Order: sequence, then C-alpha cells, then structure tokens
Amino acid sequence: MLRRFRLEEPESVDETSDLLARYGESAKIYAGGTELLLAMKEGLVHYERLVNIKKIRSLDQITTENGFIHIGALSTHRKLVESSLLRERLPALVGMESDIANIRVREVGTLGGNLCFAEPHADPGTLLLVLGARLFAAKRSSNREIPVEQFFVDAYETCLEPDEILTGVRVPLPPRPSGVAYLKFGYLERPSVGVAVRVTLDQTRESIVEARVAVGCAGPVPRRVEEAERLRQPVLL
Amino acid sequence: MRNTLSKRKATQIIPISFTVNGTWQEIDVEPQELLLDVIRDRLGLTGSKRSCDMQVCGACTVLLDGRPVSSCTLLAFEARDREVLTIEGVAQNGRLHPLQEAFIEKGGFQCGFCTPGMILTAKVLLDGNPDPSEAEVI
Ligand SMILES: Cc1cc2nc3c(=O)[nH]c(=O)nc-3n(C[C@H](O)[C@H](O)[C@H](O)COP(=O)(O)OP(=O)(O)OC[C@H]3O[C@@H](n4cnc5c(N)ncnc54)[C@H](O)[C@@H]3O)c2cc1C
Ligand code: FES
Repeated sequence: MLRRFRLEEPESVDETSDLLARYGESAKIYAGGTELLLAMKEGLVHYERLVNIKKIRSLDQITTENGFIHIGALSTHRKLVESSLLRERLPALVGMESDIANIRVREVGTLGGNLCFAEPHADPGTLLLVLGARLFAAKRSSNREIPVEQFFVDAYETCLEPDEILTGVRVPLPPRPSGVAYLKFGYLERPSVGVAVRVTLDQTRESIVEARVAVGCAGPVPRRVEEAERLRQPVLL
Repeated sequence: MRNTLSKRKATQIIPISFTVNGTWQEIDVEPQELLLDVIRDRLGLTGSKRSCDMQVCGACTVLLDGRPVSSCTLLAFEARDREVLTIEGVAQNGRLHPLQEAFIEKGGFQCGFCTPGMILTAKVLLDGNPDPSEAEVI
C-alpha cells in the first residue's frame, strides 16, 4: 500500500527544477519508480509529491558524436540492452545491462534512476568508472558535468543538489586496442560484488598502456582499485 | 464539513483510458494507486497475484504493450493510453493459448499461484523468438 501523494508531470528540465525548488524535501523525482516505490511501500520514505520526469522529451536518447556515446538518463535498461549502437560500440555495457535485475525491472527501471538512487549493490556505476564516464546534471539556467568518481558520495547519496536533474551520461569510446569487461557475483536479485576492468594495449598489442580496475558493492560507493591497476607493468602477452 | 472539503482538495484524480484484454476502459485513478490493485479490485481480474510485492517473484506480471511488468510496483496511471494483457486475456474465443495447453499437458505447475506470470512471460519470449535455445530460455 502506498500512502497518498500528488503527481506532477513537468515537460521540461527547467519546470522540473522549479517544482523541486518550490516543494523542497516534500517532493521527489520519479522515473521508473522501481526503487522509489519500493522504498515508499516499505514506509521508509514518504513524499507529498512525485515529479514524473518521463514527459520530458529527449532524455531517453542514445547517440554518438566525436568519440563519445551519450545516454539519456531516462533510457531504460531494456533500451540499453537492445540498442544496436551500444551493441556495436560498447558491448561490455550491454552485457552488464542485460544481467541487471529481471526482465520486468529492466523494462521500467532507468539508468538515471539506478545511478541517482546510489544503492551500493548496483552494477552500472562500477563499469562507468573504468569507462571514464561523465554525468550531466541540470537545473534551471545551469548545467554541469560530473566525473563519475565524484557523483557517488555515500550509500544512497549522490552529489546532486535537491533541485538538480541527472540528464545523461557521456561515455568516451574505449581507446583501441583495448578490452572492457564487467563481471559480477550475486546469489539473489542484486549483485554481491562487481568488478570492472578496462585494459588498453599499445599499438603492438604487446604491453598494457593503461589498466583500470573498479570494484562495486564492496563498500558504500564503487571505487577504482589503484593497487590492482599498478600491477599492469611490465606485462608481456 | 471543513474536514471533508480539505480532504477532497488533497485528492488528485487522474482520468485514464486504456485497454485491458482488448476491452476499452475509462477510469479515474489516484496517483498512488497500483496497477495490480486496479486490475484485481476494480476490474475484478484476479488472475494476477500479489506475492513478494517487490518485483522479484513475477506472480503479478501483466503485459503492457506486449512487455512484461510487475504490476505490484507500477503506478496505475502508467497504463494510460496503453494496452494491458492479463492472464484472463490470453485464451481467445474460449480456446486456450498453446502455452496454456502446454502447461497443462506437461503439468508445469506447483501450486499454480504464479503460473499466470510464467505464462505471460513465456508468451513474451515466444512472441519475439518462436524457437529459443535453452540458453535463451534461461
Ligand atoms: C528486484 C530488483 C532487482 C534489481 N537488480 C539490480 C541489479 O542486479 N543490478 C543493478 O545495478 N540494479 C538492480 N536493481 C536496481 C534497478 O536497476 C533500479 O531499480 C532502476 O534502475 C532504478 O531506476 P528507476 O527509473 O526505476 O528509478 P526510480 O525508482 O524512479 O528513482 C530512483 C531514485 O533516483 C531518483 N532519480 C531518478 N531519476 C533521476 C534523474 N534523472 N535525476 C535525478 N534523480 C533521479 C529518484 O528521485 C529516486 O530517488 C534492481 C531492482 C530491483 C527492484
Ligand atoms: S508480487 Fe512478486 S513481483 Fe509483484
């Protein structure tokens, strides 16, 4: 059972930000609702107003430009799994996404909602760390770019301001030659530990130029593991 | 009197129209109403069940525009202008769907409580991929 709340359905980022600024802590952004409604049903949180952002156009696009892929915050997990652009250019992201939750949660849950909820037992943040992603946040009359390292502050806490909206994620295409992988272990619905690796080789493909390793679910926020990254040299393949 | 008035003021009504198993429905919902409750309690279609209530088990599965969702955790207004299919709408003209026949033939039940979700989800798989491999099923 959900307690009564009001629904707002703004059609732009500015309007959303105004609503959030006006109603403060009594309002919350609602995207797919797969996390928010659970927490509200459990009675862990209550908001007088939910602000449905799904009427804002263009926040669910997946595009590529100048060596970057831009993923709108409202892209559902299903959309990411089915994106032919991602399948071709970032298959590791597609692999990670196709293993999130179950088919029903992937249908409704969004990448933005996953990141903004900052649940420690989650997958995307860990992979985005090694990919060097940047997140885009907007509120009325201002925009900013946040490196993913700075986005997660603590469990269930991000650096977003109360009237800010996450609009998208920008992922640089991995350098060539390189390899990206994400592996997770979990025995119930959510991951218990996740490891992401991006290894860049030199042009001869004989040694590793850079290795990035990140671990998620093992602490309040996903983090790079420099100790492991330093092990890369010298390696002859 | 004042109390009733202020209470009414607090209630937000969202008029929605959608089809359920091919039948056009126009109803008023409040924002916090869940699709499962509307389907079961207001439309009387009790084939969709509530069990875990947290999007894990699948007993409450319905298809929204042909895609599976957990109606236990989906706000009812999200169904506006869309097509909902519940287990009651899977049989056509009194004839069971081949999947239902197959479940009966193979005894694909334990208690049967979550079978509606299994059939609807299997239908999605087979509608998109009539001949899936074992790996694709899992
Ligand atoms: C059964 C189950 C299994 C799961 N398994 C996994 C798993 O294996 N791996 C994994 O990584 N995740 C898993 N998840 C989490 C899932 O990925 C998220 O529930 C989903 O992506 C959240 O997206 P949403 O749109 O539903 O968010 P919502 O519930 O709508 O929102 C979540 C939070 O983010 C805020 N928010 C949403 N969008 C924005 C935005 N654009 N800007 C600012 N704030 C915003 C909301 O205010 C809210 O606080 C699982 C969830 C469930 C229920
Ligand atoms: S009741 Fe279990 S998924 Fe909805």
